[in-house]
Amino acid sequence: MTIIEPIRILLYVVGALAFVGVNAAYLVWLERKAAGRFQRRAGPTEVGPAGLLQPVADAIKLMTKQLIVPPGSDELLFRVAPVMVMAPAMMCFATIPFADSIAARNIDVGLLMIFAFGSINVMAVMLGGWSSRNKYAIISAARVVSQNVAYEIPMLLTIITMLMVAGTMNLHEIVRQQEAGFWAWNVFRLASNPLMPVTFIIFFICMLAETNRAPFDMAEAESELVAGAYTEYSGMGFGVFFMGEYANIVIGCAIATALFLGGWGSPVGALPGVWWFLAKMYFLIFSVIWIRWTFPRTQFYGLLNLSWKILIPVSLTTLVLTSIAIKIPRMF
Amino acid sequence: MKNLIKDSVSGFKTLVVGMRLTIDQFFRRPVTVHYPREALKMPERYRGHIELVRDPETGNSLCIACKSCEKACPSDCIFVEGIKREGEKRKSPTEFSLDFTKCSLCGSCVEVCPTDALRFTKEYNLASTERSAYLYDLLRRLEGQKK
Amino acid sequence: MSVPPLELIKGPDETFILNLGPQHPATHGVLRIKLTMDGEYVTRAEPVPGYIHRMHEKMGENRTWNQFLPNTSRIDYLSAMAYTHAFVGVAERAAGIEVPPRAEYIRVITSELNRISSHLVWFGAFLLDLGGFTPLLYAFDDREKILDLLEGITGSRLTYCYYRFGGVCNDVDDAFLRGTKEFVAHMRPRMKLYRDLVTDNIILRKRLTDIGHISADMCRRYGATGPVIRGAGVAYDTRKVEPYSAYREFDFDIPVFPEADSMARYLVRMEEIVQSLRIIEQAVDRLPDGPFIAPKMPKVMKVPPGDYFYATEAARGRFAVRAVSDGKEIPYRLKLRAPSFSNLSLFEEASRGMMLPDALAMLGSLDLVIPDIDR
Repeated sequence: MTIIEPIRILLYVVGALAFVGVNAAYLVWLERKAAGRFQRRAGPTEVGPAGLLQPVADAIKLMTKQLIVPPGSDELLFRVAPVMVMAPAMMCFATIPFADSIAARNIDVGLLMIFAFGSINVMAVMLGGWSSRNKYAIISAARVVSQNVAYEIPMLLTIITMLMVAGTMNLHEIVRQQEAGFWAWNVFRLASNPLMPVTFIIFFICMLAETNRAPFDMAEAESELVAGAYTEYSGMGFGVFFMGEYANIVIGCAIATALFLGGWGSPVGALPGVWWFLAKMYFLIFSVIWIRWTFPRTQFYGLLNLSWKILIPVSLTTLVLTSIAIKIPRMF
Repeated sequence: MKNLIKDSVSGFKTLVVGMRLTIDQFFRRPVTVHYPREALKMPERYRGHIELVRDPETGNSLCIACKSCEKACPSDCIFVEGIKREGEKRKSPTEFSLDFTKCSLCGSCVEVCPTDALRFTKEYNLASTERSAYLYDLLRRLEGQKK
Repeated sequence: MSVPPLELIKGPDETFILNLGPQHPATHGVLRIKLTMDGEYVTRAEPVPGYIHRMHEKMGENRTWNQFLPNTSRIDYLSAMAYTHAFVGVAERAAGIEVPPRAEYIRVITSELNRISSHLVWFGAFLLDLGGFTPLLYAFDDREKILDLLEGITGSRLTYCYYRFGGVCNDVDDAFLRGTKEFVAHMRPRMKLYRDLVTDNIILRKRLTDIGHISADMCRRYGATGPVIRGAGVAYDTRKVEPYSAYREFDFDIPVFPEADSMARYLVRMEEIVQSLRIIEQAVDRLPDGPFIAPKMPKVMKVPPGDYFYATEAARGRFAVRAVSDGKEIPYRLKLRAPSFSNLSLFEEASRGMMLPDALAMLGSLDLVIPDIDR
């Protein structure tokens, strides 16, 4: 036990790193390929079969580029910011239950941990924008903060709803409750809350906003702020931000899968659970890409309006409805 | 309140419609042509840079060195010099050069030519690192085509 | 070390200068806008044009009428036909040349095709400004069909230089007419796609409705024309108020939206595509036979002394040429009235107090072509 434990930790660290790295690299490929198909183009085709080596080529290009620290910027923060995007994302992978037995750590407060680390991401983007001493980047930093403050609230409200339904913060336990079949998935548990699909949609929207994905990509907004907080980053500094963005999407979709779509639970019974988990997760990721290549960007105050005027009241309503639905049967 | 709900629902519906349209396009064939592997055919009237037309009987240029093209050119990129050779009725060019760096492909020269001695090529793969690569000697080009 | 200009020293008003351009994704060219910002609010926007000034007017005073012809398609590269039209029009009016009806019809067809392609580029670029990438490529897919058609008859994809004094340089062939009919049939359902995917989209509506007001009064003061003034509720279109060429013979409407916001300008352009399709359909059906260029045109154009004027409706608004001739081969003076310049001028007044993304959305709705501003 004492010898196995460090090896186990090492394996999971390597595994998480590899998973995040491969996902970040190949989601870029997937995004470019899917964007191409949405726009009736072929996407990357030249590097390797179907452009599959494109991420490798991109990585080589980014790594060979000079890292420029703009004069007058806060050098320490400027260099730390990309790391701060990436590191919490990796931490979150510790609790994701890919299958009953595949998870780095089965933590009782797994969900809490993910959201605690998840909010560091915002600070990293803000620091990156602030420290680069660029006006576009500073505007972007200010936007990121107000956007994320607005979206943490409905997101956490939906999480509280889910916690009340599940009664635990342990992700394994939450998934196990939904194992019976797709009718037991939280998104279809209308008995405990008739507005459950709406809760799922709110969670998904908030996840898009939290990860700064289109149509809520206020931080990057390339047609207004050039590249937003990342304007001054070059080479791998930009690359790490980019990877961090995709790692956060993977985490968001993984949580959505575990919370709402029954995790590793199979709707038909075939195939081992981990494939079902990955299938559901990648379907959600594909939806994220699909949404990005369909809609224009929202206006900044439109985004805040959406959060404060629609999402928060609706998520509060679902919260109240859920508590009523849970409490009333117990009263009799 | 009622309006807000109605607007939100109808607004959400427009988003769903949009997503349906893009996924529909997703499963269709790409419309792009993969350029270096396959190329589109240039249309008949494509205006590339100019070249001299050969007289099918004599094999020489139809040009009579009248310098109309030189005068018509808005960017002064054509230079023609000609002499009247022994035993020939018309002048023939001794030099016909095109400075393609200045040419705007307007086609005024082709239009004014009294003997239709100029025509457009269909070349578009024109890239070079040297300026001198675009100083075309059209007479020599004609000689090259003969072989 | 010199003292920095006063405006760079941060005053108590807490505003700062944001230099938008000359290279910025939202300006679509080398336009620079000096923004004085209060947070994300624009307090003053000062356009600094001139980065791509090519002295077209001065060039006009230095070359013959024929030699200036290629220049006209390079002023506004997206709507070259209407610009060439105005220039050949002013010379024809001056020299009293009768243009054969077939040539006039061909000019109308090509001008309207060109207008659609220009609006499609605007549509894509505007959506790009708003952060939507996919409609751009759908629009370019359709535009490609127009460019192929026009390349087939003119030999060029952008700088057509197709019109000549007294007509056009080549006759249209059956392939072009057939292709044009097919394009009209293809474009109608595509307009429905654009409506469902973009126009009706709630995000786009929220971004454009009631934002970027440009009143009819402001348009008049700055001389803004085209979709900008029609989006302000004024039915001003050179094709109707001063019908030129064969436009009198076609049945079409001038779309007018009185809301005067970015959405109104957007809708005007989308509706104009539909109207252009109508004109093209009529013109192709009724295309008369006959010569495509007036007979006995002199090789070198000479214009009798005088002061002449001719205006056309380009995709961005009213383009006019004023030519003063002293009877020589070279015009004495050429004044080119470019619509984008007037449309940009009102940006400073209209953008005051707007948020940056809204101001940029409004800038996009003005449909600027930078070479047209600078000439």
